[in-house]
Amino acid sequence: MKISYFPGCSLKGTGRAYEESLIPVLKVLGVELEELEDWNCCGATAYLAVDEMKACVLAARNLALAEKSGAESLLAPCSACYLGLNKTQHFLREVPAIEKVTRAALKDAGLSFDDSLRVIHPLDLIVNTLGLDAVRKCVRQPLDQWRVAPYYGCQIVRPYSTFDDAYDPTTMDRLVEALGATVVHYPLKTRCCGGSLTGILPEAGLDCTRVLLQEALRRGANVISTVCPLCQFNLDGYHHQVAAQWGPAEIPTVYFTQLMGLAFGLSPKELGLHRGFIPMQATPAAAGSPRSKESSKGSP
Amino acid sequence: MSESMRAARLEWERTPGFAQALSDLPGCEGLRSCIQCGTCSGVCPVGAHMDYSPRQLIELARSDFKNQVLRSRSIWLCASCYACTTACPREIRVTDILYTLKQWAIREEVHPPRFTVPVLAREFSSMVRARGRVTENFLASLVFFKTNWMAALGMWRLGLGLLRRGRFPLRLEGIKDRDSLRRMLDSAHATELQTKPAHKQEHKP
Repeated sequence: MKISYFPGCSLKGTGRAYEESLIPVLKVLGVELEELEDWNCCGATAYLAVDEMKACVLAARNLALAEKSGAESLLAPCSACYLGLNKTQHFLREVPAIEKVTRAALKDAGLSFDDSLRVIHPLDLIVNTLGLDAVRKCVRQPLDQWRVAPYYGCQIVRPYSTFDDAYDPTTMDRLVEALGATVVHYPLKTRCCGGSLTGILPEAGLDCTRVLLQEALRRGANVISTVCPLCQFNLDGYHHQVAAQWGPAEIPTVYFTQLMGLAFGLSPKELGLHRGFIPMQATPAAAGSPRSKESSKGSP
Repeated sequence: MSESMRAARLEWERTPGFAQALSDLPGCEGLRSCIQCGTCSGVCPVGAHMDYSPRQLIELARSDFKNQVLRSRSIWLCASCYACTTACPREIRVTDILYTLKQWAIREEVHPPRFTVPVLAREFSSMVRARGRVTENFLASLVFFKTNWMAALGMWRLGLGLLRRGRFPLRLEGIKDRDSLRRMLDSAHATELQTKPAHKQEHKP
């Protein structure tokens, strides 16, 4: 199966481990990704929040390019891209003022929007289209030593969730279980990671990140599984600052595709696991005694 | 925070017509149907850091307290998690209302100078306009140096860590067909001005 793929800016930069793990994992499952030709920024949160109209125009160019290429669906792994592309489709269907401006702009670039495309997320593709049985068949090394906190973040389930619940999604829980890992009860699974506030208004942003890290440790998890490059960046990259302010917060945060890759027997290097600030080791035991002590101390 | 909650609002502080103009904008239609239940404030992950809770902001906005709303810290704190929008029993799109208020505040320049959120927005849009894509590490460095370079220096550990892990690209990303993208953005700007020229000047304080 071939699927049109919208990487988004993060997956080419700070979140490249997501792309590095997504491509080989889907290959194992028999899916080939075709990167959308000359895609541009999705409009992202920083844009969407302050200039909705232009954000829609940006997203619409991508939708139009994908439609032109004959694709029926567009795979958007980054949560902000997934939301931005979906939100634009909603706006173009429901808000005439935005539709008018966007259509005119597309026409000026020789493009058009036919609304013939479905924006999908890899979780949806893997669990609902390919199915967990297909995943189970590919598992070579069950992750039976890992206790995973499934963290979805906000933007893939809200407000345009098409495949799971807005507050208590379970798609990734079931996927992680199929990989042989233990899913810990993690009620904060859709709480905000702080988004871009961690960098620009740290007193509010870091507080969001802290709550998530501490709760994962308290629940006895030894790894957090995420679906979003910004969530990964916050939980992983800002952990030093959280630790400096609030105490131990050391737990690896990896993409769910990296967990899949490990279970499929792919090499950690190939999956970009070395790119984490708190690297995930091959087994939790190998993660070093101080860390395992911390997490067991924190568990209820 | 508690001070602002207790402060009395006076009739002369209102800007008549603000609520109407706001609720005419896409996404803000539900403004008047709020029942003040406070669910939005309860689910907001950054509510504790706000001067006005989302519920209070809605009430102030629909009562025409334009200045209080546009000058509040709360509108910049929204991290776009849409928890309020999904939870609202009246299906009010609270996130979109906050977005609109942010856009309004930027347009009227009522935020503190060198304030990070609008600077990020401005640098983000100029990078996208110039190249079609964003290279996050360049963008973040730019924003830090333009707002608080002391803080930027404090980020060396993060930057170095990213560099060592191959997550700090040294080359700017860009698309091929930049002309067509620029044409689209210009066209959108022009059509937008044509369709609602009044909205920009009408409600200056």
